[in-house]
Amino acid sequence: MATTASHETSHGHHEESFWRKYVFSTDHKVIGIQYGLTSLVFLFFGFTLIMLMRWQLAYPGEPIPIFGFLFGEETMPGGVMLPEFYNQLGAMHGTIMVFLGIVPLAVGAFGNYVVPLQIGAPDMAFPKLNMASYWVFFCGGVVMLASFWFPGGAAKAGWTSYPPLANIETTGQTMWLIGMTFLITSSLLGAVNFLTTIIQLRAPGMTYWRMSFFCWSQFVTSFLLLLAFPPLQAAGILQLMDRVGGTSFFMPTGLVVSGQALDIAGGGSPLLWQHLFWFLAHPEVYVLILPALGIVADIIANNTRKPLWGFKSMVYALIFLGFMSFIVWAHHMFITGMGTAISTFFQLTTMIISIPSVIILSALFISLWGGAIRFTTPMLFALGFLPMFGIGGLTGLPLGLAPPDIHLHDTYYVIGHFHYVVAPGTIIAMFAGIYYWFPKMTGRKMNDTLAKIHFWGTIICMNLIFMPMFIQGMAGVSRRLWDAGAQYTFAEPTLHWNVTMSHAAWLMGIIQFIFIWNLFYSIKKGEKVSDNPWEATTLEWSATTSPPLGHGNFEVVPTVYRDAYEYSVPGSSKDFTPQNEPGEKESVREEA
Amino acid sequence: MEIPYTTTARPDTGLYNAKIGIWLFLASEVMLFGGLFSAYIFLRIGAPEWPGTILGENFASSFDVLSVPIGTFNTMVLIASSVTVVMAWAQLMLKDFKKFRYYMGLTILLAMVFLVVKGFEYNDKFVHGYFPAEGTFLAVYFTLTGLHGLHVLGGVVVMAYLWGPGAKMWETNPQQFTNRVEVAGLYWHFVDLVWIFLFPTIYLL
Amino acid sequence: MASENMTVEEVHKHIRVYLTVFAALAVLTVVTVGVAYIHMPIIPALIVALIIASIKAGLVAGYFMHLIGEKKIIHGTLLLTFAFFVAMVALFLFAYYDQAQVGV
Repeated sequence: MATTASHETSHGHHEESFWRKYVFSTDHKVIGIQYGLTSLVFLFFGFTLIMLMRWQLAYPGEPIPIFGFLFGEETMPGGVMLPEFYNQLGAMHGTIMVFLGIVPLAVGAFGNYVVPLQIGAPDMAFPKLNMASYWVFFCGGVVMLASFWFPGGAAKAGWTSYPPLANIETTGQTMWLIGMTFLITSSLLGAVNFLTTIIQLRAPGMTYWRMSFFCWSQFVTSFLLLLAFPPLQAAGILQLMDRVGGTSFFMPTGLVVSGQALDIAGGGSPLLWQHLFWFLAHPEVYVLILPALGIVADIIANNTRKPLWGFKSMVYALIFLGFMSFIVWAHHMFITGMGTAISTFFQLTTMIISIPSVIILSALFISLWGGAIRFTTPMLFALGFLPMFGIGGLTGLPLGLAPPDIHLHDTYYVIGHFHYVVAPGTIIAMFAGIYYWFPKMTGRKMNDTLAKIHFWGTIICMNLIFMPMFIQGMAGVSRRLWDAGAQYTFAEPTLHWNVTMSHAAWLMGIIQFIFIWNLFYSIKKGEKVSDNPWEATTLEWSATTSPPLGHGNFEVVPTVYRDAYEYSVPGSSKDFTPQNEPGEKESVREEA
Repeated sequence: MEIPYTTTARPDTGLYNAKIGIWLFLASEVMLFGGLFSAYIFLRIGAPEWPGTILGENFASSFDVLSVPIGTFNTMVLIASSVTVVMAWAQLMLKDFKKFRYYMGLTILLAMVFLVVKGFEYNDKFVHGYFPAEGTFLAVYFTLTGLHGLHVLGGVVVMAYLWGPGAKMWETNPQQFTNRVEVAGLYWHFVDLVWIFLFPTIYLL
Repeated sequence: MASENMTVEEVHKHIRVYLTVFAALAVLTVVTVGVAYIHMPIIPALIVALIIASIKAGLVAGYFMHLIGEKKIIHGTLLLTFAFFVAMVALFLFAYYDQAQVGV
C-alpha cells in the first residue's frame, strides 16, 4: 500500500537492493516466481519420497541399493525400509504434494504472476500481504521438512491425520499441525488478496464477463480457499489441544490402545475430525483442479485460434462446481457407519457435481472441433490433460456411490483415481502453464525438442504407474500396506504390476531432469521471442512490453474493448484481436 | 506505481480495497468460529450430560462451573468497547482528532479490562484443578474462549498502533487513516459479535 | 456506507443511533441472563438464547458495522458464507442423528 516513486524501476536506473528486489519483494511477479520455484522443489521432493516407497512396494524387504545406506539405522537399518518410515513417507508425500506442491504452484505461482497482468492491474491489491503470504507458506514448508528430524520422525497418520491414531502418534504429528497452521494462514492471506484484486483492480472496460477463463478459475478457487480452509483450521486447533493440552475432542470414552486403557477424560468423537477435515478437503480437490482447467482453457483457445465453445456455460459450470464442492464431503465417509438417508443425500450431490465438470470438459473438447490446431508445446500438454482428467473424473463415479465404494474404499483404486485427476491431470496442466508463460517471464522460449521428450516420457510413465492401480484396487489391495499386500492371497495375481509401476516411476523421475535442464538452460540461452510470441489476445501478452516487466506492469493502463478470446474474428486482417484493441466491432456481451 | 482505490472508492463497487479485504477476512473468520461451534454442537449432542462430571463432582448446569455475573460483566465491557470504537471513527468523520484519541484509548482500556477479567476467571479455574483435560465441557470452554481471547489481544495490538504511532497518518493522509480506523473497527465489532454467541451458549445453556 | 461524503449532521444522527443500539444491547444482555436464571428445559432455553443473541448480533452488524446500506458485493459474500455455515451445521446434525438411528 505504501508505494512511492522509488518503486518505479520500469524506467530509470533507481536500483532496489538485492534483498528488496528478489527476496522480500512486494512485486507480484517476483512473488509468483518465488512461489513457483519453491513449489517445484517441493513437488520434486514429494516425488522422491514416493520413489523410495516404490522400491519397497516392488521389492518388499530388500535393501535399497546405494540410496538406502544414506539413511540412518532408525529408518533404514541395512538399507531396508522400516514400516514406520514407510508410513512417514506416505503421510508426508500426500501432505507435501497437495499443500506444498500443487496448491502453491497453481494458485500462488500462476495466480500471482498471471492474474494481475490479465486483468490489467499494476499489482495485487495488498502487495505486503502478498509477500507475507509467501513467507508464511515458506515457514510452513520448513516446519514440515524439519519434522523428519524430530524424535519418532515426521507425521505418520496419513495426510488426513485421522484421530485417535494422530492423537497418540509421535511429535511429528504436532509439527504437522503447526505446519498446517502456517499453510492455512498463507492461503487465507492469498485468497483475500486475489478476491480483492479481481473485484477492485480490473482495468477500465474489463468487466467480469471479459475476464479470461483462467481468471475466473482463480476467482472461484480463492472463494474455496477462503471459506473451506477455516474449518480445517478449527479442527487443527482442536487436535492440537488434544495433543498438547490433553483434551479429548476426538478421543472417545474408554479408548484402549495396545491393550491399555488411555488415561483421558473421553467424550470426544473421531468422526467429528473426519467431518471437519473433509469439509475442507473436498473443496481442496477443486482448488487443485480448477486452476488447471483455467490454464488449459486459455491455451486451447490460443492454439485452436478460435473462441472457447460455450464460454458462458463454462463459467456458470465453474461457479456451480465451486458451490457444490462444499456439500459433497461425506462421500469420503461412506464406510463410517453412516445412515442411509444421509448417505443418499451425499451420493446425490456427488452425482450432481459431476455434471458441471463434464460441461467444462465437453466444452473444451468441442472447442477443438474445426480449429486450425497449432501443436505447440503448451498445446501438447493441454491436449494430454483432457483425456487424463477424463479418466480421473470417470473413475471417480463408482467411488461416489456407496455400494461400489464399500468394496473400493481405501484400495489402490482410490489412489489411481485421484492421481489421474491430480498427476496426469493437474501437473500436466501446470507444465503446460510453465511452457506457455515462460516467454512472459524471461523473454525466451523453452526448447521444443526437449519439451516433447519431456511430454511423451512423462505421460507414458504416468499411465504405466497409475493404470495398474485400478487393477490392483479392484482386486481389493489396500493402499496402506508396507509389503504391498504380499500377506494376502487375493492380492497375489496383481502384485507383479508393482515392478512395472516402480520402474515407470523411477524413469519418470529421470525424465524430469530434462525439464529441469530445459528450464534453467532456457532462462539464459533459450530462443529470444517477441512480446507476444503465441499471438494471444489476453492483456498479459498484448498490453505489456517485453520482459523483464517493471513493478507496475503496464506503462499505460490498458483499456479493454472486447472479450478474452477474440480469435479469427470474421473480417479482421489478422487471426487474433487483442482485448485492448479498439475497433468498430466491439463485442457486446452484457454484464450479468 | 500506485495501487488504485487504496483510499478512494472504486466507482462501480463503491468500496475501497481494504474494506473488501476485511469483509472477506471476516467471512473466513465466520467459517473458523463456525467450525468450532459445529464441533461444540456435535460433541454436546453426543454427551450424556452437560457439563457432566468434573474431578469426580457432578454438575447439572454450567451455572455451577462458570460465574455468570462475571461473564455478564465482561459482555457489557465488550459491548461498550464496540460503541466506543465506532464513536472513535465518528469523531474522525467530524475531524475531531482529540476526541478520536479519547474514544480509541477508552476502547483499548475496555479490551484490557476484558482480558484481565478473563485472566482472573481462568486462574480461578486453574487453582481448583479445572484444566481443559478434565472433560469436554472445560475443553470446549477453554478452547473457544481462549481463541476468542487471542482475537481480543490481536485487536488490542492493532488499535494500540492506530492510537499511537499509526496516528501520524492523520496529518499526511486523513482519509486513509479514517479508513484504517473503520476497518479495525469492523474487526473489533466481529470480535464482539463472536462473544455475543459464545456467552449464552457456554455460560447460560 | 459512503464514508467520504457524510455531512456533520449525518454523523451526529449516526452517533445517536449508536447510543440507542448500545442501550438495546445492554437491555438484551440483562434479558438473556435473566431468562437463563429461570432454568427452562434445554430446547426452549436454546431457542430463546439464540433468538436474543441473533437480535444482538443483527444490531451490531447492522448499525455498528453499517451492514444496513452496505454495498451488494459484501451482502453477497456474507450471504454465501452464511449459507455454507448453515450447510455445515445442518449436515453435521443430519449425519449425527442418522447415524444414531442405525445404532452404531
